[in-house]
Amino acid sequence: MKLLHDTRLMFVRNMQHTLRSPVFVFASMFQPLMYLVLFMPLLNGLGGVPGLPAGKTVDVFIPGLLVLEALFGTAFVGFSLIDDIRAGVIERFLVTPVSRSAILLGRVLRDAVVLIAQCVLITLVAIPFGLNINGFGFLLSLLLYALIGISMASVSYGFALLFKIEDALAPTLNTITLPLSLLSGIILPLALAPIWLQDLSKINPFSYAVDATRALFAGDFMNIGILEGFVVITVLAVLVFLWGLRSLNKMAA
Amino acid sequence: MEAVKGIDLAVKKGDIFGFLGPNGAGKSTTQKMLSTLLSPTSGEAKVLGYDLAKQQVEIRQNVGCVSQAGGADLTSTGVENLVLQAQLYGLDAQTAKKYAADFVERFQMVSFINRQASTYSGGQKRRLDIALGMIHRPQLLLLDEPTSGLDPQSRAYLWDEIRKLKGEGVTIFLTTQYMDEADKLCDSIAIIDNGRIIVTGTPTELKSSLGGDSIAFTFPTVEAARQAATLLAEKIEAERIKTIDNSVYLNIKDGDRMMPDLLRALDAKNLKAESVTLSKPSLDDVFLKYTGRSLREDLIK
Repeated sequence: MKLLHDTRLMFVRNMQHTLRSPVFVFASMFQPLMYLVLFMPLLNGLGGVPGLPAGKTVDVFIPGLLVLEALFGTAFVGFSLIDDIRAGVIERFLVTPVSRSAILLGRVLRDAVVLIAQCVLITLVAIPFGLNINGFGFLLSLLLYALIGISMASVSYGFALLFKIEDALAPTLNTITLPLSLLSGIILPLALAPIWLQDLSKINPFSYAVDATRALFAGDFMNIGILEGFVVITVLAVLVFLWGLRSLNKMAA
Repeated sequence: MEAVKGIDLAVKKGDIFGFLGPNGAGKSTTQKMLSTLLSPTSGEAKVLGYDLAKQQVEIRQNVGCVSQAGGADLTSTGVENLVLQAQLYGLDAQTAKKYAADFVERFQMVSFINRQASTYSGGQKRRLDIALGMIHRPQLLLLDEPTSGLDPQSRAYLWDEIRKLKGEGVTIFLTTQYMDEADKLCDSIAIIDNGRIIVTGTPTELKSSLGGDSIAFTFPTVEAARQAATLLAEKIEAERIKTIDNSVYLNIKDGDRMMPDLLRALDAKNLKAESVTLSKPSLDDVFLKYTGRSLREDLIK
């Protein structure tokens, strides 16, 4: 099938670029690792407050930390697209018969694969800190992280195609990612929040992802939050991908 | 914003067609429409017989396109660029590699093609850009300012390659702001200014529409110049002769063939010219005539 064939070509091309300078894969892991080492110990003392059972603070914190990585690790991928736009590479692709969905899919799938690798590495680092995980739940979580990554990457590419310059892209992405991460109960559980803040978090799709992955890590498969998380993030990923594709077609038109 | 207002043109199969005009005239916009990158808001066009509005897939498959930016992926090697490009046109990996190798040899890129493209010189990168546009062996190649910013040697090399492509039956639509390039390469030309086509024709037709060559004689004295003008008026219509100070200017057809005759006539009356210059009309003069502006002015701006 043409879409698959073209997506594979684009995926391989983008993956080659990533592997050519693998240091950037590790660079975006720096922030979550700092949280792990320099912030997580603070939570141990808080154990017992709502949403943070005593002795299980690590188990609650790590799934959320990986959501943070999924948000911030992929939010800035649009910069690489601006380089390609400027060099005329995207325009060159657009005048070939290649599927336009594949141009974008090849990128977001690369971003998802890189993100999964980062999540696995961070989880491995967290195990000595006392992390307990359900293996199957963890694998399902990776799928959810990948979908978050695809969503954020699509947003980033969509704006990159719209703005075409870095100066406008950076502040836009920061403005989006910061409230999204604060409103998803990553750093501290939202159970601690006043009602209005809890209500506000309900319109943030990523708060569902945090709830879902916490349940998955704990192996609590009957939790309805898991289904909610997958539905919300899947719908989000599809919508923002289509928006990104629209930006790509608009750039051409 | 309207970059192109009304364009009506036909390009003959197998020709090198020059699309000539200053920066911002609408050349690149027209080219982007022909490559299916932009959709025209109105009008219709056929590219290789395919309807531009309805058969974009067929057009993309059969047209090659080299934009001004070039479009080579600078973080990859030249070979990687070429192979991927061929695969994007649906060729399998093995054929893509073979096609890439053919172009590497043909464009003499062996010495640098396995290096990352960011290390290439301007001329090397341009060769890669054009190979990328040609890799699927299209019947029509759109070239947007192929030699802009290149050194004279690289320009001459590319001109040779473009002529060779024509020899292989490829139709070439060449956008340029260089009159000499259009003059040397193109079978026919359209001059575009402010989004409209001003004039079309072969370079020879366009230049001869100016009336002919100009010849300037300079004499030692004003008096000698006057006598010469009177003498020349016996051979040439008076309105084609102009005397300014000690110089006489003629505007005539076939100036190069007339010249020896004219010099002999002057000599016979002992009117000795200090210097004589003959200039053939250039496409610059054509542009000046049709737009009232010099193309060079625009280049300087």
